[in-house]
Amino acid sequence: MAANKAVPYALGAAGLGAFLGIWQAAPSFGFISSALLPKPSDIPAAFVAEIKSGLWVDAVRLSLEHYALGLLCGAFAGVVLGILTGMSARFEWTLAWVVRVLRPIPGLAWVPFAILWFGVDQPAAIFIIAIGVFWIVFFATQGAIRAVDRDLIEVADAFGFSSGFDRLRKVMLPAALPGILVGLRTSLGQAWMSVVAAELFGVAGLGQRMTQASSLLATDIVVVYMLTIAALYGLMDTLFLAIQGRLLAYRP
Amino acid sequence: MSADAIITIRDLALAFEQNGVRNEVLRHLDLDVPRGQFLAIVGSSGVGKSTLLRVLMGLSAPSVGTVTVRTTAGTERAMALVFQDARLLPWRRVAANVSFGLEKTGLTKAERRDQALKTLASVGLREHGDRWPHQLSGGQRQRVALARALCIRPEILLMDEPFSALDAPTREALQDELIRLWQSQGITVLFVTHDIDEAVYLADRVIALGGKPGEVRSSLAVEVERPRRRGAPSLSFLADRVKADLAAEADHHDWVI
Repeated sequence: MAANKAVPYALGAAGLGAFLGIWQAAPSFGFISSALLPKPSDIPAAFVAEIKSGLWVDAVRLSLEHYALGLLCGAFAGVVLGILTGMSARFEWTLAWVVRVLRPIPGLAWVPFAILWFGVDQPAAIFIIAIGVFWIVFFATQGAIRAVDRDLIEVADAFGFSSGFDRLRKVMLPAALPGILVGLRTSLGQAWMSVVAAELFGVAGLGQRMTQASSLLATDIVVVYMLTIAALYGLMDTLFLAIQGRLLAYRP
Repeated sequence: MSADAIITIRDLALAFEQNGVRNEVLRHLDLDVPRGQFLAIVGSSGVGKSTLLRVLMGLSAPSVGTVTVRTTAGTERAMALVFQDARLLPWRRVAANVSFGLEKTGLTKAERRDQALKTLASVGLREHGDRWPHQLSGGQRQRVALARALCIRPEILLMDEPFSALDAPTREALQDELIRLWQSQGITVLFVTHDIDEAVYLADRVIALGGKPGEVRSSLAVEVERPRRRGAPSLSFLADRVKADLAAEADHHDWVI
């Protein structure tokens, strides 16, 4: 059967259409109160109102700052420590129990400390987001570095790149890149979850605006921000895939 | 000790620890490799052939004995190694793979690429510099691996069963190409293989390692004029002698047990 290129798009549109249709039908036919679930047809008006008031732009700008900085700090720390523990057994043994103690603590559990250390301010939100990102990138990087083909490391040795730094630079990092990118991509989504959570306790941004709206039962506004997050995530993930495609262009 | 030997090995023994047990793979090895010689080392697997190359490269230390390498340049880059599998770096294009070893030198990127393309041309892959390794056939990949080794202009080329994973026609083409490159560049080649016919066809001298731990069972000069003809009676005769030397020792070994 000749694969028609339009088929995936058509099915995707149909799926989304059906989803919106059921969503619209549920409150319209009284299956559920529209106070509990706003109709999709109400959303555009709520969106326009949020934009006009300037609240949307501010919330998105602030949240994007938290997101970007949290992602950057968490990913950087995750890559560095992942490389170190991946390359050095001694370093890994040293940190093994520290990791076991800290790993299961959810990002939200750090909120009291984040507030104490950074106040109810942007750095607190960035800290919470960075923690979530850190673990994902750390484990992905450590695993990818350890999985580097020994034969390729031998090539580095044979051509004189036998110091740890040279091996890393010439062979291990490029070889581990696909695995590290998987971790980074996972953390793109994880970081948005943390953004909302980190802003629940009062740092200005999308999460704070959603909390305000939900306490006023303005569910349509809550949905506006849910869809905003979805759109931003979709944009980032698409962008990430494009960059990843360039970085991994060598693969068949 | 002959004065023109580029490699001198005296009473070398190689061993490694495995699960706390000392495993001796090679012992009592004495070897002089004259500059420019094509030396083949044959022997079954586990006899320490690959380990010997690693020691020569300085990647492993010998347990006992000395290895002296007398290169004129006196630099560490005087030796290059070709593995059984090509081991190209998949994220580098072919030309960047070939120039890999030059990144230790002070050459600029343009100079490195220039030298890489020239070397690629010498192995018949002039047009392939901008391809990815996965776009090449097995034989082409092994040519690239050979070019990567030759690109640093080594005085000694170490080859660890470099053609054993290739199909027969490709293997024969690469053997002849290697001979041509060796003759034109005046390098010393240490060629490890388990294929005795290949060793006799290629080399000036064949050393056969046998036993456990491995020892030299046979050392034979191949004084057959080049270009040689594959399967010529003079070569078959020598190959049979090497095989007989190794087989005699195997029988002897059975008796000892």
